[in-house]
Amino acid sequence: MKKPSDNSLQDMIAAYRAVTSANVIHQLEQLAMPLRGAKVLHINSTKEGGGVAEILHKLIPLKQALGIEADWEIITGNQDFYQCTKGFHNALQGMHQSIPDKLLQNYEKTNQQNGEKLRAKLQEADFVFIHDPQPAPLLQYTPLRKGKWIWRCHIDVSKPYREVWKYLREWIFPYDASIFSLPEFAQPLPHPQYIIAPSIDPLSDKNCPLPKHEIQGVYTQFNLDPDLPMVTQISRYDRFKDPLGVIEAYKLASKLTPLQLVLAGGGASDDPEGEVVLNEVRQAANGVPNIHILLLPADANRTINALQRASDIILQKSIKEGFGLTVSEGMWKGKPVIGGDTGGIRLQVINHYTGFLVRTPEGAALRTRYLLHRRDKLTEMGMRARRFVRENFLITRHLQEYLTLMVGLTSGDVERINVGGA
Amino acid sequence: MENAAGVMQKKTPFAVKDCALITIATGIKVQNLKEFATALKDVPIGSIYHHFWGRLLRALFDEPEYNNDFASWASRGLHDKRLAEQLSMVIPTDYQDMESLRREMIEVIEQRLDESEYVPWSKADQQFHFLKSQIVIFDTGLRYEHPAELVPQINSLSTGSIYYHFIDARNRTEERVDDFSAWLVGFEDEFKELVQNLCAVDPYFSSLHEIRLIVSNIFQQFFAKEEK
Repeated sequence: MKKPSDNSLQDMIAAYRAVTSANVIHQLEQLAMPLRGAKVLHINSTKEGGGVAEILHKLIPLKQALGIEADWEIITGNQDFYQCTKGFHNALQGMHQSIPDKLLQNYEKTNQQNGEKLRAKLQEADFVFIHDPQPAPLLQYTPLRKGKWIWRCHIDVSKPYREVWKYLREWIFPYDASIFSLPEFAQPLPHPQYIIAPSIDPLSDKNCPLPKHEIQGVYTQFNLDPDLPMVTQISRYDRFKDPLGVIEAYKLASKLTPLQLVLAGGGASDDPEGEVVLNEVRQAANGVPNIHILLLPADANRTINALQRASDIILQKSIKEGFGLTVSEGMWKGKPVIGGDTGGIRLQVINHYTGFLVRTPEGAALRTRYLLHRRDKLTEMGMRARRFVRENFLITRHLQEYLTLMVGLTSGDVERINVGGA
Repeated sequence: MENAAGVMQKKTPFAVKDCALITIATGIKVQNLKEFATALKDVPIGSIYHHFWGRLLRALFDEPEYNNDFASWASRGLHDKRLAEQLSMVIPTDYQDMESLRREMIEVIEQRLDESEYVPWSKADQQFHFLKSQIVIFDTGLRYEHPAELVPQINSLSTGSIYYHFIDARNRTEERVDDFSAWLVGFEDEFKELVQNLCAVDPYFSSLHEIRLIVSNIFQQFFAKEEK
């Protein structure tokens, strides 16, 4: 990844200072001091689409701005590779899914090839962050590594399908540490397991403030009714996001409350199942008025931003969710979120304060009706939601925890670490 | 355990430090009260610290019903409100050290088990996960010679600094008080009222942002009164 100029990095820091506070940035600068010059390499399997790529797009330049030599590489594979890793993804989230040996062999071979291609960087790095299962075997294919290797799991692995986890954990065991988004996801592993929640970037196209005309532009662009309340779920077309449950909830709520539903999402390049699920969704919505199913390109970030801002309520009715960045995105825009009572959504949606946690389409329908009838509560929850995200789920907090982890990992198994003569 | 006066001796400048905390899973999780009592005897002592204090540096909604993670779980996981109330009134600074605090916690839980006709349990997705933390402390370089100099500065301190000086200090120092109070005592009786006001703050029900505001207001009000 090409390093931006020093001036643009400093401008970026100034922009984050403005949106967070001077002391948040000052703290990051101090924490980064002992890490200046360290080579930090992040590896995942896609540059576009999905939360991981989104976070890395900003985390890398921010680390660079703090004097860390951060870099980001992706591994590539054939269709069989992505079919295999999608299988891992489903299995880790609890779906009973066996992976044929042929696909596993291809997975290992792909990692070996990528390991050879990235060898110099992998060997040199002081810290290597491997995101999710796709590149997990790279460690084994880098015998001359010198740095600390950390496996960062973004998936809800609270109840993995055992057979697949047993296979994957063999690749994870030799790591120096792993990171999970929630304590519930941690697994018996022979190394420290850090808990770090993901984050959103308040300055990205997806979350920055938008002019009014751009927000209103989505009504004409997608043929939405500006006079009808709008409830929106933004997510990949993935069964774990329960898009069919969302349609069911809409059907129930719209019997009593006039509204429109927007289901919008794109595909991630490492998700081969998206199209199948999208077809199921289209079928379920067929003939139902005021449901808008949108397939957006990977770079439609400002459009997503505008859709979220134009909405009255954000839904994220997942049945499994590693974190659910769209929840924080909606909350950052001052919207209450009705989310599935699962995984990382529980961390963001404080039931009855920043939104509602639901377990069924009926629950989602009930809360939608309540909020649309109690506009005062909708506004109050939205304001609380924005404040909660500002204090807890912005990328600056995420970066702070990464820096703390790196300082911690180099200091050994001690509880208190003094740096810079503290 | 440090001596606060030793760290910031009489009339030496107040040295502002900052800290960042990272949460680590211990791998120990429990689903019922009996398992909880057993695990509590074995978890690293840092885990007790984390669930009482470290939680303040985690994502925390600013109106928590209970003031430590154990009490919250007793309420939300076990649905045992009585135990939750009892656990939330276990005040860490009442105990000489974290081991004494651990013993008291076990005592409260075992007493509850004796009273119970069955062992309270939680659903599988509401288990208690024992966590611990690593804390990185660094010097901000900021120094204040006189308490009045702190007045305009407290609101701009990071939440990490507030945590370190106002929360962590209670566990770190022999006096079991916040660092501001420990420093002010060095000025003898001059700031006695200010110390009393700071010591009267109950830090258990507020987020660090709120604690910062409370501490700042106490300093402002004290010096505004002095000026009059």
